[in-house]
Amino acid sequence: MTTFAAARLVAAREVRMKLRDKTFIFSTVFFLFIAIASTIVPALIDGGATKVAVTDRAAATALQSQGFEVTAVPDDAAAERLVRDGDVEAAVVTGPRVLAMDETPSDVVEALSVAPPVQLLEPSAVNPFLKFVVPFALAFLFFITSFTFGMQIAQSVTEEKQTRIVEILVSSIPVRALLAGKVAAMTLLAFGQIALVTLVAFVGMQIADVDTAIVSQVGPAIGWFLPFFVLGFVMLATLWAGVGALAARQEDIAGASTPLQMVVMLPFFAVLFLTDNEPVMRILSYVPFSAPIAMPVRIFNGETAVWEPVASLLLLALSAVIFLGVGSRIYEGSLLRTNGRTSFATAWRSRSTV
Amino acid sequence: MLSVDAVSRSFGDRQVLKDVSFRVGAGRMTGFVGANGAGKTTTMRIMLGVLGADSGEVRWQDQPLTPAIRQRFGYMPEERGLYPKMTVVDQIVYLGRLHGMTAAAARQSTDALLERLSLTDRGGDLVEKLSLGNQQRVQIAAALVHNPEVLVLDEPFSGLDPLAVDVVLSVLRDRAAAGAPVLFSSHQLDVVERLCDDLVIIADGTIRASGSRQQLRADHASPRFRIEVDTDAGWLRDQPGVALVDLDGASAVFDLAPDADDQEVLRAALARGAVRAFGPVSPSLTEIFREVNQ
Repeated sequence: MTTFAAARLVAAREVRMKLRDKTFIFSTVFFLFIAIASTIVPALIDGGATKVAVTDRAAATALQSQGFEVTAVPDDAAAERLVRDGDVEAAVVTGPRVLAMDETPSDVVEALSVAPPVQLLEPSAVNPFLKFVVPFALAFLFFITSFTFGMQIAQSVTEEKQTRIVEILVSSIPVRALLAGKVAAMTLLAFGQIALVTLVAFVGMQIADVDTAIVSQVGPAIGWFLPFFVLGFVMLATLWAGVGALAARQEDIAGASTPLQMVVMLPFFAVLFLTDNEPVMRILSYVPFSAPIAMPVRIFNGETAVWEPVASLLLLALSAVIFLGVGSRIYEGSLLRTNGRTSFATAWRSRSTV
Repeated sequence: MLSVDAVSRSFGDRQVLKDVSFRVGAGRMTGFVGANGAGKTTTMRIMLGVLGADSGEVRWQDQPLTPAIRQRFGYMPEERGLYPKMTVVDQIVYLGRLHGMTAAAARQSTDALLERLSLTDRGGDLVEKLSLGNQQRVQIAAALVHNPEVLVLDEPFSGLDPLAVDVVLSVLRDRAAAGAPVLFSSHQLDVVERLCDDLVIIADGTIRASGSRQQLRADHASPRFRIEVDTDAGWLRDQPGVALVDLDGASAVFDLAPDADDQEVLRAALARGAVRAFGPVSPSLTEIFREVNQ
């Protein structure tokens, strides 16, 4: 049997077990719930057009043409009563004056005023809301996925060590097939989960009739995000597997994986807090651990030259290959040391399997 | 035939195997005995490729082992282990497939083994729900599912109830009868003595003795005799060439000097009265083991 065939068997088992795992099912359902909630619910709460009571016929026509739900009332007192009863959100009475309960109804005010022409000297290519949300969403997605799935890889490796089945496995198939199968399965599951959530969110946006111009604006950043994500995820996944092999029991994983947790967490916060600091972001977009987050953000903000994502991606690919080597060496060196935690140095030196 | 040729292995400064060589013949049940820490498990791990040797090699049919050949080996590690959250059937089928079986063949072999190990009705249970004894049986199925051509079993009988020991034994004998070399380690010398055709004795990382059971007995038989007479056997003390080992009234055990004649002693005994028993004593495995360990 080839290493590839063995890795496929390992991956198939991992996927099958995971799909039966309650924690995994729960987390997927949870993410789906969030996706639905964040796309459909705002539209439902929004509840359509603002209701306005109007006494003045001219104002009524103006508001109606701008999509407000207008109720014509005979006098100012009737208008005020409707506002107080909560039947309408605002009223336009003689003056014209605008009545509302406790908050200025800016949409009504805007509709009735004449705005002076505005000329931006340096228009931002990106909507300011998106400028905040997209970096955060991408960073968060990479962080949470590589963290939770990484932890699960470590747990699955430690489980095999702790239950001692690893010796039977290693006597049957090459160690690298075991490692490759695990990493492949987790990558597949992570992407399956993300794809499902994205699909549901997209369908949700369609239902909620969200402006699809946003989607086209985010498109290129997402397009670049995918290869960065895959390489970054695989690079970290092998390291997580190595960390899992260092631990002899589930309780040891937290301690053994602390440095790796930092490596995942620090880039996330760095990108989050330093999004506007261009020199730092430039550096972060080339450091392999933060590149999967920082580079797509820079692309999104239109800060990159054409060659930059390509160069960063190559650098990431190169380090992924190097870390694959490091991760698998640690994995092989510590897999059969079932007594207590193995140190990184010992694992590195004692690659003893053939 | 499976042969281990001049295998050495160190962990750090400690050399645990020194120039270990022995053979496991086709169709032979070979017992591998040694005290704790003598190097049994390390040797077996090297045979299975789980550990590497610093020098020396393991050969099968005079070919150096490759992963493809090792796939046809059945191995039961000393540290038992299974996936606790997998069902018995899924688990054994999976291990069969890792050894290159098709899904259908693995399933068929699994069913047959579970039947033989009286586990058929537990096939759908999670391993963690089984009793310890049943888990051991599953472990045996895991080592045998792919119809291995060679069996290497580390302490296969430990933790088994007597009924399971019989079942496992009959399975192992079947495999040996079909021509597979079967190597198993044990620290229960009486078990090994009862079951084995051949023996390998290891101590401090070196092979102290190996060969067929009869051969070993003959090699290690000192000229020791036992005699039983009707009256007191104390006169043996003064018999030339006799060194008394044990004297208990009418029966005695003694060693004979190399140049002395055992028939001479028998005649002397007959001259004093009736002789009920007289004959050489073969050493038990325990005695051989003790001797080679010194």
